[in-house]
Amino acid sequence: MSDSEMTGRSAIPPVLPPVLARAVAPLPLGPLQPVLALMLHRISRMYPDLYSRLGEHADKRFGIDPTDLPFAFVLEPRLRQPRVRAVRTLPAGLDASIRGPLSGLVGMAEGTLDGDALFFSRILWVEGDVAAALALRNAIDDARIDFGAVMFGHFGPLGRRLGDALRRQLQARRTVSGAETWS
Amino acid sequence: MELICPAGTPASLEAAVEAGADAVYCGFRDETNARNFPGLNFSREELRKGIAFAHRRGVRVLVAINTFARAGAFGLWQAAIDDAVAAGADALILADLATLDYAHRRHPGQRLHVSVQAGAANPDAIRFYAENFGARRVVLPRVLNVMEIASIVRETSCETEVFVFGGLCVMEEGRCSLSSYATGQSPNMNGVCSPASHVAYSERDGRIDSRLGGFTINSFGKDEPAGYPTLCKGRFATPKGSGYIFEEPVSLDAAVMLPALRDAGVTAFKIEGRQRGRAYIAGVVRSFRKILAAIDEGRSPPAASLMAMAEGQAGTVGAYRKGWR
Repeated sequence: MSDSEMTGRSAIPPVLPPVLARAVAPLPLGPLQPVLALMLHRISRMYPDLYSRLGEHADKRFGIDPTDLPFAFVLEPRLRQPRVRAVRTLPAGLDASIRGPLSGLVGMAEGTLDGDALFFSRILWVEGDVAAALALRNAIDDARIDFGAVMFGHFGPLGRRLGDALRRQLQARRTVSGAETWS
Repeated sequence: MELICPAGTPASLEAAVEAGADAVYCGFRDETNARNFPGLNFSREELRKGIAFAHRRGVRVLVAINTFARAGAFGLWQAAIDDAVAAGADALILADLATLDYAHRRHPGQRLHVSVQAGAANPDAIRFYAENFGARRVVLPRVLNVMEIASIVRETSCETEVFVFGGLCVMEEGRCSLSSYATGQSPNMNGVCSPASHVAYSERDGRIDSRLGGFTINSFGKDEPAGYPTLCKGRFATPKGSGYIFEEPVSLDAAVMLPALRDAGVTAFKIEGRQRGRAYIAGVVRSFRKILAAIDEGRSPPAASLMAMAEGQAGTVGAYRKGWR
């Protein structure tokens, strides 16, 4: 880079403590499945514009792999009968997989982290159908999903406060070294 | 000095407006604009609402219809121009002579800007667009140094807009055929460089290999920052060695050049990145807003660290300071 003026670098969202991953590893995934199904149902109902952005990719099967958790998710956004389930390892035959630390994936989904920046810094990793992964990323970024409302909205004001508290916890962990936060 | 900011979605448009953009540029969800990526861009209704949102906050919206029309399909580009005007676009950003001619004749009062894709890099070319199509502004290709820009400003009556941050193209804007060579699709004709449908990544022992159209074009080491899967930023084996021969995966960051560009007479500073998420747009726009405010007030610009956002996690002032000369 002799002709250019290089400037600084680096952005590393935190990973969950390994002890936490070890603690949840033995837990069965069964109880998680109806919660995930409910969340996806609420998202598809609250954010229908997601599907116009997903277009032809809405019927594809996505793997979402938080690399600091001992389980992953298989997502099928389909307009009718969307499905999501937790799995110990991602199965073969998925159309696209997105891997990265939980805080990075959540930050990207909430629009507080930029997916390309996570890719440039090697924090995020995409396999398979890149067009499908890109459509999913762009659709979610535009939807501005309020995950607190999705998870706890039906518990009323108390649930919303719980959601806000959880979001603040995640955002507190998600800072960029040597810079202000990304949003 | 105007700050012109990208928006690939309505949410990004709102983020840009709220972060301090003077104007936002965007495009329709089709091949009429040079960021025709999956899940990106605006429907007609989204554009109409986005323009209304921006106008309520005193922000202008520029609509990029900056690809070169396909023979036999000009109606798509004509419809895009008509619909953008009807939606209340403050300016159209055009590159193709046919689209400039159509917009100028059909909508004589509409403000027209010459896209960077037109490659208008000298006073003669710029005068041609201004005199024949009434173009009011030209987005200068990223091939000029500050002295050359100052000379263009002196010799033409057209406003000038220059990129100050974001992805860089090789110095053949609007004429690059690298993506076409590998995939059959290009930003010039199809609105997409290195289409995602032709990209594949594979990982082995911590290394990432990126492939485009079946060609392996790069391999990033375990902790090496990555770049976009474009041929111009691929590594090549040559008789003299292997490495980057077109350009390295770095982003333009001309923040330190803003005072010089202002003194050269530039009207507007442009941020690249309609394909990026709203976190990028909000962060970069806010940062440049602060820098411009400091310059306007005669203060030292605050140090910004945007390299976490940048391709390859590195920045360059590009051609604005041609150190290789």
